Amino acid sequence: MNALHLVMAPIGVPMLFAALMLLVPDSLRRVRLLLNVGSMTLVFGVAITLLLHVHATGPLVYRLGSWPAPFAIVLVVDRLAALMVGLAALVGLCAMIFSVSRWSRAGVHFNALAQLQLMGLCGAFLTGDLFNLFVFFEILLAASYGLLLHGSGRSRVVAGLHYVAVNLGASSLFLIGVAVLYGVTGTLNLADLATRVAVISPDDTGLLWVGVGTLGTAFLLKAGMWPLNLWLSPAYTAATAPSAAFFSVLTKVGVYALLRTWTLVLPGGDGGGVLLLFGLVTAVLAAIGMLGSQRLGPLVSFSLIASAGTLVAAIGLGDPRLTGGALFYLFSSTLTACALFLLVDLIERWRNLNVTMDDWAPFLTASLTEDRFNLDDEQQVLFSRPVPRATAFLGLSFMACTVLVAGLPPLSGFLGKAAMLSQALGAGERGALFVVVQLVTSLLALVAMTRAGIRYFWAEDRDPPKLRFSEGLPVVMLLGACAALTWFGGPMLSLAQTAAEDLHGRQAYVRAVLGSAP
Amino acid sequence: MELVLSLAIGVLAGSGIWLLLRPRTFQVIIGLSLMSYAVNLFIFSSGRLAIDREPILADGVPTTLERYADPVPQSLVLTAIVIGFAMTALFLVVLLAARGLAHTDHVDGAE
Repeated sequence: MNALHLVMAPIGVPMLFAALMLLVPDSLRRVRLLLNVGSMTLVFGVAITLLLHVHATGPLVYRLGSWPAPFAIVLVVDRLAALMVGLAALVGLCAMIFSVSRWSRAGVHFNALAQLQLMGLCGAFLTGDLFNLFVFFEILLAASYGLLLHGSGRSRVVAGLHYVAVNLGASSLFLIGVAVLYGVTGTLNLADLATRVAVISPDDTGLLWVGVGTLGTAFLLKAGMWPLNLWLSPAYTAATAPSAAFFSVLTKVGVYALLRTWTLVLPGGDGGGVLLLFGLVTAVLAAIGMLGSQRLGPLVSFSLIASAGTLVAAIGLGDPRLTGGALFYLFSSTLTACALFLLVDLIERWRNLNVTMDDWAPFLTASLTEDRFNLDDEQQVLFSRPVPRATAFLGLSFMACTVLVAGLPPLSGFLGKAAMLSQALGAGERGALFVVVQLVTSLLALVAMTRAGIRYFWAEDRDPPKLRFSEGLPVVMLLGACAALTWFGGPMLSLAQTAAEDLHGRQAYVRAVLGSAP
Repeated sequence: MELVLSLAIGVLAGSGIWLLLRPRTFQVIIGLSLMSYAVNLFIFSSGRLAIDREPILADGVPTTLERYADPVPQSLVLTAIVIGFAMTALFLVVLLAARGLAHTDHVDGAE
């Protein structure tokens, strides 16, 4: 098959599977789950294929209806878009495998909504047109409203009410920004916009700034930027674990959209100072929020906000090499946040509830073989008491996540932060500010995560947690992906660097869409 | 006409924001609706205001841009209206669910 038509697949496949799932009756739940996991895997495979293709031959442009570029609706795949689609599919795949055991049964149409969410995500990453970006944002948001409310209950509905209201307000801002940009430049195609912004009359410059600023505010709200992020923590905490895990990509869509439009529309890096400032304030406040979190849910939500703040601040410095590091960190932090949301569900279930699990397929069940000679008078083990394997699994996974969130060696969180910091050191006063804030917030995050680990794992004796295979597997997959990012750190980092240079260079993207460079 | 339209957008947006910040869910949904009306009118105006221009190609009218209204904002408005309508309906469902579960129409689910 022609590689060009594969560009449609990340949007078409989830839509088709979502429709198919509605036809599957409830009695065939397994078929629906299989379709769900199959679709995610398929999209992941397509993303890898596209990435390899694009990496070799440059951006692919899919013109719907074969109309010429500025008039047609275009889908554009470059390295960054392909990477993001792969990331969304991987996170979705892990969240869906996790949902098999319990959560997919908590309400109706969970699987179909997840597919539509994936479709919206992929569309937002692939579209080369501002208005379609809006449409795909609405699709993914509409699906996310459903996923957030999945399972119902008072806390979810109240948090969902705030989430929906805030996002509808943001959509209004988005539309105003789009309309202003259209009024100024007369186009909605991103590549065309990039060429026309250079030639607008000086009188319109103010209006252009208003448009970009309004649009940027909408993107920053989705990315969870202070002071517009107070909705995020309650909503993500209230959501069921697989939904929250899938949502860990949502803030990154805001970051992606910001990065894409900002580099195309304002190539000079104007407004970077604002991004840096708000990013850093967000990171600091989120780190304080992590310290103040008494429960694991808010802790993870705040770590997600902190990573978004770090990314926006790094992008704001406007250096392609720094953006490359930031992209690497984006992948690592998204996978980590997803794994953490899943782990939190397992840990809270273990510590708080005695959930009866009638149909569990055991995962790492404890085999406590006791040494007859290592016993005291009361027949208790004297030293080196065996730790149940499931407890060890949860503990080690949480520890790995702590290392990833705090950016400690040896895992990929460290590589991403090191790549950003080493570049920022050479970027003058702003870079120095970035480095200092990053180091402080990393330390705060480490303290908060360690404290939570001590509280939850070094507590009094309990029965070992009961894990199902389908709950352990996604955590292993996500942490394995982080380990793979670490192991292939060199190639992945250079791939991220090339993607960032593409973004800041603009030429390849614009030439692919319009056929001529700006 | 510019003045009338900008006043209309301003009044709608202003009342929308005021209602959006109120504590009752019904006020919030009306505020969001007014906001979306304001935004739709605003998108419409981004294609420049004009009177007596053909919306689609007509016989006997030269096919130059001066003779026709800009079709892009019209299609954008149409899409935005549809999406806004769906989102308002969805918000209404959430609103009713929150009312039923929290036994109050306060946006925080508690007085």
